[in-house]
Formats: sequence, structure tokens, C-alpha cells
Amino acid sequence: MSLARAIETGDLAQLPSRRDEDWRWTDLRGLLRVLPPPSPPHVGWAAPGPFAGLAGREVKIVNGRGPGGITVPAGERHTVALRFIAAPDAGAHAARLAIEIEDGAELVLLESYEGVGEGYVAQVDLRIRLGAGARLERIVMTRDSPDSVSVSKTEATLGPAAALAQTVLAAGARRQRTETRVSHPGAGGASVRLDGLYVLDGKRHADITTVVTHDGVDGATDQLTKGVARDQARGVFQGRIVVSPGADRTDARMGHHALLLSDRAEVDAKPELEIYADDVVCAHGNTVGALDEEGLFYAKQRGIPDAEARAMLTEAFLGEVVDRIGHEGAREVARTWVAKQLGAAS
Amino acid sequence: MLSIKNLYVAIDGKPILDGLSLDVPAGEVHAVMGPNGAGKSTLSYALAGRPGYETAAGSVTLDGEDLLALEANERAARGVFLSFQYPTEIPGVPALTFIRTAMNAQRRARGEAEISAPEFLRLARAKAATLKIDFDMLKRALNVGFSGGEKKRMEILQMAMISPRFAILDETDSGLDIDALRIVADGVNAMRSADRAMLVITHYQRLLDHIRPDRVHVLAAGRIVASGGPELAHALEREGYDKYAKAAA
Repeated sequence: MSLARAIETGDLAQLPSRRDEDWRWTDLRGLLRVLPPPSPPHVGWAAPGPFAGLAGREVKIVNGRGPGGITVPAGERHTVALRFIAAPDAGAHAARLAIEIEDGAELVLLESYEGVGEGYVAQVDLRIRLGAGARLERIVMTRDSPDSVSVSKTEATLGPAAALAQTVLAAGARRQRTETRVSHPGAGGASVRLDGLYVLDGKRHADITTVVTHDGVDGATDQLTKGVARDQARGVFQGRIVVSPGADRTDARMGHHALLLSDRAEVDAKPELEIYADDVVCAHGNTVGALDEEGLFYAKQRGIPDAEARAMLTEAFLGEVVDRIGHEGAREVARTWVAKQLGAAS
Repeated sequence: MLSIKNLYVAIDGKPILDGLSLDVPAGEVHAVMGPNGAGKSTLSYALAGRPGYETAAGSVTLDGEDLLALEANERAARGVFLSFQYPTEIPGVPALTFIRTAMNAQRRARGEAEISAPEFLRLARAKAATLKIDFDMLKRALNVGFSGGEKKRMEILQMAMISPRFAILDETDSGLDIDALRIVADGVNAMRSADRAMLVITHYQRLLDHIRPDRVHVLAAGRIVASGGPELAHALEREGYDKYAKAAA
């Protein structure tokens, strides 16, 4: 049951609904009474993406059509801009892509969801496999249209000693979901960092869902998601870490912290730790609240006007996640994105 | 300079300041001493314009201008500075960025040109050196992970950079060892001038050995119940606040 299946079959009964525990805050069946017509092929999309100039190679999937895979050969190091574009004539489309990072290879994946059309409904399914000792830094930026429905689902499998570092920058849509499922082998120092940021205004909805399954000993997972919701926007964070039997000495940390900047904004969070192994360090922290009044008064006492003080403190709040991005160019793109999102939303 | 007349402040319906009057002329340093719960911190917050510390009656003017009608940041731009008893941590904002943002906001509010980056850094280096603050500390998020003494020094550094007309020092000596106390007191004394006034709020007399006040006032039960010269502080140290607390009750 998935949006992709509904798009491919035209059967609305395939849509996930609030009765599916993992989708209760992002109900698609209750939302979509009809699907738009299938997206036509679209050729010649030329506008630059958000990571223009940072990647050695660009892969474009327009209206769900494009290459089916990316491979980084063993020992090589690539930076790829992967762009999912919903062109102005987009309706409903689904795309699948496989990414293979062979043993010892490194990939910086600058992934963008660019919605130009209105009212499109789209799903992307990514399968990522990291070989032994392979490294992936993935930065996902969403720029969906406010009235679109956009789902991105990734299943990543790590080989021994592989490292995955991910940061999702979500601006929301009518409904938007970025889901990442990681199969974590532990073994030989494999590590996972899964971060997220959402900055939402209007009636936008962003759902960041992650599931990390530790299947071997000595694995490490570090997660930090922060978000800001204004107006009537809604942020959803679902994070689950599963420590399977035998995955002893797993070290997993998960944090989700959100600011609600209006009375009508909403944030729903469900951090879950399922631990079936021994000698495990697992911690999670979750806070949802308003801007710190103490900090606000302190800044105002020093002469900083209310709006400027709020912007400064909010940007600083989100900056902690931005600072964790390893790729310098992408980090600066993310910093600019945060400032622009906050400016646009104020 | 600062004139407080018959000030009433209630918090959550409970009267804390109960008809307080006080004048601090330009060029002078006044101390307000009092027992715990007398309303010392309430006075500093009410002067600075903290939300929730609104005044029910009375007036506060700075050089004749009504402060109570102004927001906290507008009071700051007019020259009011509060050195906090418990300085707030500002995660994610380097101290230098914060101070420069504050200085420029004040300058803009007064219609002055912003401070240039080189001029700002020169000033910050000089003031940090006199307060024995490692300059690299100013690149860290303001007050985050700083010790109590470091936070107090950072307050005085901000005061020195911002150069206010009227400064309130709320329990600046709390949490300071004797060396830090001397450094902080030297920093404060260096700012004494004919066109600036200061209000030093303290529970203990020891700070006043280092920052010698022109006048000492006793605050008890929300009012000034006694005023005198520096010798009053020593009398309080010997005799305690009991007789004033009884007199005010």
C-alpha cells in the first residue's frame, strides 16, 4: 500500500490512510478523492537547481522520467546533483531509482525536489546500497509547490564499516513526506547520521519519518531534527530506532526539537526506541515549544527589536543542524535556505 | 538622570514594589541593598522593561523622558543597560555576533551610523583584554557553558562595549571569587563618568568595598526605607536587615 502503487494502478484504495499507524498524521486517503491525470513526458527542462555549480554530474528526473540508477564504482569519489522535477504540466507520477555505492567509494548526493507545477501528486522510491567502507553524504532539499502531494521514500542498506550522513531540508507541501529506512549492520564501525530541518508556513505540511534497524554489534546512530512551524503549518516527526537481538553495544541517539511560532501551528512527534539487545546506549529527547522568552528579553534588553531578536534566535536554533552538514558548499546552501525560509515566513 | 516616583509593581497580582521612590543623578553611583524578597530584582526588571513586570502606578523617567511607555529595546537604545543576575544562555549565537547586533540595533534606533567591522573588533579586543577575557571565548555561543564568573565578566564586557548612560548591576558580585570580583569592579569603576549613572543592586556589602557608592539605599518590603552614605552599607553588614524589615512591615 503506497502512493506510488495508487498512482500506477489508479486505485485510490491503495493510498495509505490514518488507519496505517505510520501514516496517521499524513493521511493521503482522506485527502485525495481523485488523482490528477498521469504526468506527460517533459523534455528540455533547463532551469538550474538549488545545488547548481556544486556537483560534477547532474541527474534529472522530470515528471517521473529519467535514468534508473546511479553507480559509483569501487574506490571512486563522486558528487552528484539528483533532481526530481515536477514540471508545469505535471499531474501524477512515480519514479524509482537505485543508487549503488561500491566498496570504498564515496558519494556526495545533492538531492532536490523541485515543484514547478501546481497540484501534482508524486512519489519517488530510492534504493541505496553502500558497499563495505563506502560513504554517502546526502542532502535533500524540498521545494514542492504548496498545493502538491509529494512523497519520497528511501531504503538504504549499509555494508560493513559504511557511513551514511543525511540532512533533509523540508519546506512542506499540501502533504509532503520524506521517509528514510536504514538497515544498519553495526560491524566494523558503520555509522549513521540522520538529520532533518523543517521550516513551514501557510498551510504546509512536512513529515520526516525515519526507521533505523541495527542488526549487528557496535553500530552508532546519531539523529537530530529541528523544525519551525508558523501560521497553520504542521510538522510531523516520526523516528524509530530498532536494536535487533544480538546488536549489542549499539550507541543510538535521537533528538527532535521544534518551535511553534503561532497558536494554530501544530507539531506531532513520535520518537520510538525498540531495544532487544544488551549493553546498549540509547537516548532520545523531544521538545516542542515556543521561543525562549528569557533569551528574547535578554536580546531586547541589549537593544535588539522584537522581530530581529526572534529571527536571530530562531535561525540560531536551526543552525545547529546546518552546522552538522559536512559538505561545505551544501552547508552554505542550507544556511541560505534557512534564512530565506524564515524571511519568507515572517 | 534617573528618577523613580512612587512606583508600584505587582507580579501575578501580588504587590512587590510598593510606592518606591529613588533619584540617581548623573555622575553618581547608588547602591540598593536589601534582604531577599525585598523586591531588588523586580526593581531591575521593571526598570529594564521585562514583560510581566508592568507598573500599576508611579513614574520612571530618564533625563525627563518617560521610560515606562517604552519597550525594553527602546529603553536600551535610550541608554538603559541591565547587567543580569543570571545572564541568559544564547545557543547558536556567538558572543561577538550578539554584541555587534545589539550595538548596531541601538545605533540604528538613534539614527547613528553602524559600527564598522574593523572598528568593532578593535574595540572588542581592547575591552576583552582589560577584563581578562580570552578573545576566542567571544567566538563561542554567548554564555553557553560559561562559568558563573565568565558570565558576569561577559555582562561587564557588553556594558563596556555598549557604553550605556544608565547601568543597573543586579547582584553582579554573586558567583564571583575575589579575583574575578576585583576585575569586574575595576571594569565598572572605569565606566564612572560625569554623564553616566549606575545603580548597584546587592545583598552583601563586599562589592561596595570595590565599587564605592555615592549613596546607599535600603530596600525592604518594596520601598526605600533608609538612605545614607557608604557607611550605611557597613552598618547593614554589622546589624543586618532585621530592623528595616520590621519597620517596613
